[in-house]
Amino acid sequence: MNTARFRVIFAGPLVSFQDSGRVGHLRFGVSASGPMDRFSHAAANLMVGNTATNTGIEVSLGGVVLECVSGETTIALAGGSFSLNCADQASEGWVAQTVHQGDKLAIRAGAWGSWAYLAFAGRLLVDEWLGASATHSMSGFGGGALTTGLEFEVSDAEARETRIGDYACPKIASPLHDVRVVVGPQDQHFEPQSVDIFCTQSFQITDAFDRMGVRLDGPTLVLKNALSIPSEPIVRGSVQVSGDGIPTVLLADHQTTGGYPKIATIISGDVDRMAQLRAGEAIRFRALSAQKAVESAREYQSLKNDALAQFSTPRATLAEKLQNLNLIDGVVSAETT
Amino acid sequence: MQFPTFKPVADHALLIEFGTQVDDALNRRVVALDKTISQAKIIGVVELVPALVNLLIVFDPVKTTHKDLETAVRDLFPLKEAEEADAKVHRVPICYDTELCPDLAVVAKTVGLSIEAVIAEHAASELRVSMYGFAPGFAYLSGIPKTIQVPRKPSATRGIPTGQVMIAGPQCLVTTVVMPTGWSIIGRTALKVIQDDPDNPFLFNVGDTVAFDRVRRQDLPAEMQMP
Repeated sequence: MNTARFRVIFAGPLVSFQDSGRVGHLRFGVSASGPMDRFSHAAANLMVGNTATNTGIEVSLGGVVLECVSGETTIALAGGSFSLNCADQASEGWVAQTVHQGDKLAIRAGAWGSWAYLAFAGRLLVDEWLGASATHSMSGFGGGALTTGLEFEVSDAEARETRIGDYACPKIASPLHDVRVVVGPQDQHFEPQSVDIFCTQSFQITDAFDRMGVRLDGPTLVLKNALSIPSEPIVRGSVQVSGDGIPTVLLADHQTTGGYPKIATIISGDVDRMAQLRAGEAIRFRALSAQKAVESAREYQSLKNDALAQFSTPRATLAEKLQNLNLIDGVVSAETT
Repeated sequence: MQFPTFKPVADHALLIEFGTQVDDALNRRVVALDKTISQAKIIGVVELVPALVNLLIVFDPVKTTHKDLETAVRDLFPLKEAEEADAKVHRVPICYDTELCPDLAVVAKTVGLSIEAVIAEHAASELRVSMYGFAPGFAYLSGIPKTIQVPRKPSATRGIPTGQVMIAGPQCLVTTVVMPTGWSIIGRTALKVIQDDPDNPFLFNVGDTVAFDRVRRQDLPAEMQMP
């Protein structure tokens, strides 16, 4: 089997190996981890012809520089608008290309987005925990963080010509400023006007932003009583409010329980798009009924499947493209002679 | 308020609450409901998260809704009390060396007992695994006797290593990952809650009982004998 080997020349903070996540262990204190933007992670894998759940690299705003030290394979970049410099070719946005021994590839934050995904045709060989390579940032369990000097291998590496080229970022992977929530489950611990304020006024993403969550800046939310509530389960998208009235949105590596009341919970189709916002950007919350939230989840599921199907379709090989050109040329020349 | 309550959590979860005050009887109901739902094989259920007084059901919104799930769960009441026969008793070896556990002296001073009396009370306690929470393998063990209960410290200490036995209020836990904490460290154990066994990665189940066996400092693995 062909193997490609890579070395980390530079990695910013919070650059880690992530498969689609470690679902099913919340009852043991283990959040699913996995990509902050699950759609883009799946898209990057499909762009290189992998299964959507494969291990890839999650790149933070800090960026990453890798060198292909041996072998060759096709890679894809998706998520946000990050730039890829590879073998002296520069591109921005969602793209797939083949890297060869000696090539350096640098990924840096571009016009928008906080997280990008690098997928490799084949299988990234990294540590797993509970059957998943998703890295849990606080404990380091899973594939782990990328650090300078680290080397890793891709087995079944393959240059896949039918995958290379530019891809368009679909609308459902764009950053979202108007985020839909279902109020609660602990809204009874807030002054009623605080729930109204939360659902109507604008907040700001702060730089207290990591894989566990992001703190928001904005109007203070007033808790009815400072009494601590029994620690309760948390999900990705829970908006918990600490005693000083500051909301935090919990994300991929969230703690599984917490004693701060949750004023609202972001619906699953919106939370990853919200995670693509950057510090300083505005965010507003809009309340939905539980029933509407379920309807929107079903709608999102079908939009997601359609959008991902675009990425899994192989393209023509170069030979086929040339042949198509010849055929067209042939037709044209037949008409003109 | 009529308990249990059912509250929607986003588009994909339902929180069922039995009360608002931490209490073993309520937690037993949570454990009973957890077991009943997992045996009932309700369509769309993805995972169950038992906590102190409530249970979260994570579901697939393509397959079910909050309302349908609530109906299916209400049909399971009245609950059969959890059969404690299923609950295991775990014996945790613990070293209460004052040099390894500097908080022992602080706890003793706070509650007005001698260090030896604090140790004796803790070593004799039988705790109940009420939930896992916060971080991987963090099992909340409830039942710390009132005589040695202390509040959380005002600020957290960073970088607490694994294998520390800590208390805060009526609860006790064994650290499994390096983390900051405001709990008081009163013991050290070589027992690992996160196991290397892929079929059984976590030692305790919610509802199990934990008791302690006092060991000497020299009984700890060499790397744990250092302060």
